[in-house]
Amino acid sequence: METGKNSDWEPKIIAFLCNWCSYAGADLAGVSRYQYPPSIRIVRVPCSGRISANLILDALRSGADGVLVSGCHPGDCHYISGNLYARRRFALLERFLEFIGIEPGRVNFTWISASEGEQFAKVAQEVTERVKRLGPARKLVKEIESCPA
Amino acid sequence: MPSINEKITEEIRKLASSLLDSGTVAAFLGFTKGTLPGRMQPFVARKPEDAQKLHWNSFCVVNLANYLPALLKSFEPPRRPNDPPPEGPLPKVGVLATGCWSRNMVVQIQENQIDRDRVVIVGISSRGMVDRKKLLEKVGGREITSIDEDDHSLTVTGQGFEEKINRWDVVRDNCQTCVHPDPVIYDELIGELGGERKIPDRFRQVDEIEALSIDERWSWFQNEISSCIRCYACRNACPLCYCPTCFVDDSRPQWVGKSIDKVDTALFHILRAYHCAGRCTDCGSCESVCPMGIRMRLFTKKLQKDVLELYDFEPGLDLETPLPLSTYRMDDPQDFILTHIKKGEEK
Repeated sequence: METGKNSDWEPKIIAFLCNWCSYAGADLAGVSRYQYPPSIRIVRVPCSGRISANLILDALRSGADGVLVSGCHPGDCHYISGNLYARRRFALLERFLEFIGIEPGRVNFTWISASEGEQFAKVAQEVTERVKRLGPARKLVKEIESCPA
Repeated sequence: MPSINEKITEEIRKLASSLLDSGTVAAFLGFTKGTLPGRMQPFVARKPEDAQKLHWNSFCVVNLANYLPALLKSFEPPRRPNDPPPEGPLPKVGVLATGCWSRNMVVQIQENQIDRDRVVIVGISSRGMVDRKKLLEKVGGREITSIDEDDHSLTVTGQGFEEKINRWDVVRDNCQTCVHPDPVIYDELIGELGGERKIPDRFRQVDEIEALSIDERWSWFQNEISSCIRCYACRNACPLCYCPTCFVDDSRPQWVGKSIDKVDTALFHILRAYHCAGRCTDCGSCESVCPMGIRMRLFTKKLQKDVLELYDFEPGLDLETPLPLSTYRMDDPQDFILTHIKKGEEK
C-alpha cells in the first residue's frame, strides 16, 4: 500500500472541463507550452451545469484521488446560466462532503476562461499539490476484491 | 373529557364523510390504526362510511404527501405520454396535512407533481409525533401490547408492566426542533393553529457533528450507515422521491452498486440526501420508517442548514419563491471556488 507522503506517488485527478471555456483554456495552456502536472485527466463536458454529484462521486468511487470541476466564469456561460445553477449545487455538495468526512481538497471547483491558459496550468498545479498532501483517496474507492463473489 | 387527539379524530371523520358524501372529493387520504400498537397506516377512504375508520394520534409518522401524486394519478383516465391531457375537471382528493406535510405539498405543486386545484388540504397543527424507537427504549425493549394516549402522557402496557411516559420525552427529534408546526396551505382547518415555534438551537445535532475533526466525522458517518440493509424504505417513504427511475436502480450507468458494500451504501446515502437539498422539510419520515434505526435525517438536516445559510431559504413556505437549486443569483457565495479571479467577481 502506498504511503501517500511518498514523493514518487502521483495522484490521479479527474478534471471535468466545460467545452466552451475551461477545455479551451486547457488547450491554450498546451499550445502556449505552460507546464502542468500530468496527474490531471481531462473529461470534456458540454457545460459545468452538466456535472452532477453522481459524476463526481463516480470518479472517486472508480479510484480517482481528486476531482477538479471547472466552468466558465459567472456571467460568461455559453448557455447563459449553466454555471450559475451549477455553482449552487457545488456549494452544497462541497459542504456536504466535508460534513461526512471527505477531506476538503479532494473535490475542487474553479472557473477558467478560454483565454486563461496560464491560469489553468496554475490551478492544475495547485490541485495536484492539494491532493498530494492528502495522499491517495481511500474513503469512497470501491475495492473490487472486497466484494463477495 | 375527550383528549385533543380524540377531538381531532372526530372532526376528521365528520369532515371526510361530508366531503365524500357531497362528492367534493373522490377519496380522502388519512390514517387508520395499524395491526400493532403505536403503528398507524395510511388509509384512503373512498366511501362516506369508510371515514369512520380514520384515526388520529401521535403515531402518524409517515408523510401523507408521499402518496398524493400516485393517488391523484389513479383517478385520471389512462393515457400515453404524448396524448393530450384529459378534458374537464378531474376528481379531487382530500388529504390531511400538518406543517411539514403541507410544505411538502407546496414543493410538489412547485415541481408539478400535484395540481393544487385537485387537492382539498385539511390542515392540522402538529403537536409532534412520537418516535417508536424512543418509546421502546423507555420500556426497555419489552413488547408493548397497548398504548393509551392522553394529551401529555402515554400509558404503555405490556405483559407484566404498565408505565406512564411523558409524551414530549418520546417525541421525534425533528418534531422537537420543528419551527413550523402549522400547515402552510389548507382549505379546511381542524383544531387551532399553534403559531411559529422559537427554537434557538434547531441545528444543534448538526453543529455537534460539525465540531468533530474530519476523521471523526468520517467514522461517525461510516458507523451511522454501517447497519444499512439497503431496503430503500427511506427513499420510498420520502415525498421528494418520485423519479420514475431512481439513481439506485439505474444500471447504465450504474451509479451505485446493489450490494451492501460499504462504499455503495455510503454513495447511496450521500446521493439520497443530496437529492433532497433545498426540498427537504425535515418531516422525519425516512428516519421513522428505517428498520435499522439509521439517523439519516442528520444528513438532510445538514443540507437544510446550508441552504438556509447560503441562500436564506426554507422549502415549502410559499408557492412563489422558487426552489433554491432551480434558480440562482449573480452574487451567490462562491468562496469555495479555487483561486478567485477578480474578473468574474464584480459581474
